[in-house]
Amino acid sequence: MPYQRTLKSTACALAILGSLALGGTAQAQDAVNLRMTIWSANEAHLKLFNEIAAGFKKDHPNVSVTYESLPFETYTTALTTQIAGGNAPDMAWIFETSAYDFVKSGALYPLTDTLKAAEGYNLEDVGTGATERWTEDGKLYAYPFSTSPFAVFVNNDLVKAAGAKTPAEMIAAGEWTWDNAIETAAAVAKSGKGGLVVRDFNYQAWQYLTSVWNGWGASPWSEDGKTCTMADKPMADALTFIHDAVFTKKAIPGPGETVDFFAGNAAMTITQISRASLLPKEKPFSWDLVPLPKGSAGEYALIGQAGIGVMQSGKNAETAAEFVAYMTNPENSAKLSQFFPSARKSLLNADILKKTNPLLSQEQIEKVVISGIATGKVMPGHTGFAQIQQMVRSNLDAVWRPEADVPATLQRICGQIGPLLKR
Amino acid sequence: MAVAQEDARPEGRSSSPFWTIARRDSLTGFLFIAPQLIGIVVFVLIPLGLVFWYSLHEWNVLANTFTYTGAQNYRMLMEDESLLEVLGATAIFSAGLVIFNLSLALLLAVLLNQKLAGIAIFRTLFFSPVVVSLVAWTIVWSFLLQKNGGINGMLLTFGIEGPNWLREETTAMISVIVVQVFKNVGLNMILFLAALQGVPKELYEAARIDGAPAFKQFRRITLPLISPTILLTSIITIVGSLQVFAQIAVLTQGGPGLSTTVLVYYLYQQAFQFHFFGYGSTLSILLFAIVAILTFAQWQMRKRIVFYES
Repeated sequence: MPYQRTLKSTACALAILGSLALGGTAQAQDAVNLRMTIWSANEAHLKLFNEIAAGFKKDHPNVSVTYESLPFETYTTALTTQIAGGNAPDMAWIFETSAYDFVKSGALYPLTDTLKAAEGYNLEDVGTGATERWTEDGKLYAYPFSTSPFAVFVNNDLVKAAGAKTPAEMIAAGEWTWDNAIETAAAVAKSGKGGLVVRDFNYQAWQYLTSVWNGWGASPWSEDGKTCTMADKPMADALTFIHDAVFTKKAIPGPGETVDFFAGNAAMTITQISRASLLPKEKPFSWDLVPLPKGSAGEYALIGQAGIGVMQSGKNAETAAEFVAYMTNPENSAKLSQFFPSARKSLLNADILKKTNPLLSQEQIEKVVISGIATGKVMPGHTGFAQIQQMVRSNLDAVWRPEADVPATLQRICGQIGPLLKR
Repeated sequence: MAVAQEDARPEGRSSSPFWTIARRDSLTGFLFIAPQLIGIVVFVLIPLGLVFWYSLHEWNVLANTFTYTGAQNYRMLMEDESLLEVLGATAIFSAGLVIFNLSLALLLAVLLNQKLAGIAIFRTLFFSPVVVSLVAWTIVWSFLLQKNGGINGMLLTFGIEGPNWLREETTAMISVIVVQVFKNVGLNMILFLAALQGVPKELYEAARIDGAPAFKQFRRITLPLISPTILLTSIITIVGSLQVFAQIAVLTQGGPGLSTTVLVYYLYQQAFQFHFFGYGSTLSILLFAIVAILTFAQWQMRKRIVFYES
C-alpha cells in the first residue's frame, strides 16, 4: 500500500513538473531573439537600427532584435566562422563581392514571398538592376539595402593652392577627364600634399580600382563570369595609366604611403558618398563632390552594394524575413537612405535625398547620387571571390613596382584565375 | 602481516576491498592532474582527432554540406602549386628567426651577465617587449615600416633613402623576422642568463690559470654547459616560428606575392577566407607533422650536442 501511494504521488509530481516544463517551453518558443551581424559600429547607424527594431516590437512584442558589429576588414571571415561553428546569426549584411557565394550556396532564406506579402511593401519599386546580384532562379535571397555610388571628393583649398583648375571648373568647361584629374592631383602632390587617393584600395583590395578602370571599359572577367578579361587591352591600358600616375607622375600615393583625404592631406579621393560623414567638423576645408572623371570609354558610374540576408539555418528564419520586410519597407528605407542610399525608385528624387543628406547640395545629389544609382555598374563579384581576389592581389604586387611589366603580369593573372572562373 | 590483514576482515567478506591503498593513491593522483588532463583532452586531443576527420571531408560551410572525400584533400596537397612557395617562405622565416633570435639572445645574455650598476634596467628594457600585446606591438611596427614611416624618416636624417620595407620581397621577410625577434628575444635572453649564472665560477678560474683566452673559455666551458638551454630555446623558438600568424596578418598579409605567406597564414586563408575547411584541416595536419618531426629530430640530436653535467 505505501508502495502504491509512493508510486501515485511520484506520477502526480512528474505530471505537474512535466506540464510546467512544457508551459515553460511554450513560453520560451514565444520569445524570439533575432541577431543581425553588421559591419558598422557607427553610433548614429546603430541608433537608427535600434529604433527600427523597437518599431517592429510594437507589432511583434515577443521579438527582440540585436545587432552585432563585426570589423569591416574581416567581416565575411568572421561571419563564415560563426556559421562553421554552428552559431550563425539570424540575419547578416553581405558584401556585393561575396554575394554570389551566399546567394548560390543555398545558405540564405528566400525573401520574395515574405516581401511581397508585407503590407505596402511594393517590391516592384526596387530596380531590377539593383536586385540582379541577389537573385537566383527568380527568387530574391538578400535585399540590397545600400546602393551607394562612388564619387570624387575634392579638397578645393589644396587644388587652388597648387594653382590647378578645380574639378568643378573642369566639369563646367567639359574637361573633366582622367588625364586632367591626374594632372591636378600631380600638381597638388608636387606641393607636398597627397594627390588622388583611391580609398580602401591600399594596394591590396584591387576591386576598388574598378572606380578607375571602368572608365576604360575594363573588367576583370566577362559578363557571365566565365572568362578572364584582365589581359585584354582595356585593362592593360587602364592599369598602365594607373601605374604611370603612381610611379611617373606621383599623382597617386604609392604603395606603403598612407595619406588621409578627410584629414585634409590629399587633393581628391574616390569613395562612396556615405563617407561624407568623415568630413572634418573642426578645421573644415572647402570641399566638393563630383562624379567620376571621363575615361577613354566615356562617362560611367560605379555603385557599391550591400545586402541583408536571412540565414536558412536559423530557427526563426520566417520571423527574421518578416523583420527584413519591415526594416526595408518604404518608410524605413527612407530613414535608412540618410546613410545607405536606397534602390527604391520612389526615393530617388532630389527632394527626399536632400532631406536625408543635408551635407550634399542639390546639384551634387542630382549629378552624383541620382545619376550614379541610375546608371552605375555594381562592383565586380564572383563565386569564390575571396580566393580569386587573393590570387589576383598576390600577382598584382608585381605591377606596383616602378619597373613593372603590366601586360605580362596580366597575362599571368589570367593564366592563374582562368580555371577558378570556370568552376 | 598479510595473514594478520586476512584475519582482520569482517565476517562474510571473502574478496579483498576494492579501494586498496595503491588504488586510492592513484585515484588521488588522477584527481590532482584531472584539470590539466581534461584540458588536454578537450582542447588538444579531441580537436586533433576532429581536424584529421575534417581533413577527409569537403566541408562547404555556406551550403552546409559535409561530404566524405577520402584522401582527395591529401592529393590536392601534393598538387598544390603554391604550397612549395609557402613551405619555402616558412623555412626561410623559421631559419632566419631561429638563427637571429638565438644569437641575439645569447649575445645580450652574455653582455648583461655582468655585475655593473644599473644592469637590471637594461635587462628589464630588453625583456619588456615580451609582455607587450603582440598585435599592438605589430601595429606600431607597421607604422614605423611604412615607406614614409618612422624608420625611413630616421634614415633620411643620415641622408639614406630607405627601402619600401613591407612592399619588397626581401625586405618584407626581413621585417617580419626582425619584428618577431625583437618581440620575443627577451624571453630567450632571460633563459640564457639563468643558464650562464649556473655555470660554476671555478671552471673559469681553472681555465684562466691554464692560460685559456676568453673566446676559448666561452667555446669550451660556457657553450657546453648551457647547451641544454640552447636545445630548449631552439625547440621553443622553432615551434613558435611555425605558428606565427598575427605579425603576417598585420604587416604584409602574406605579400608581396606569396613571399611572406607562411604555412599558418596559408592555412588561415584556405579555411577561413576561401571556406575550404577540409583542405585547411589537411594543411594543419601537415603543420602538425612538421612540428612533430622537427621536435623529435631535435630531441634525438640532444644526445650528440647537449652536454649534461650529471
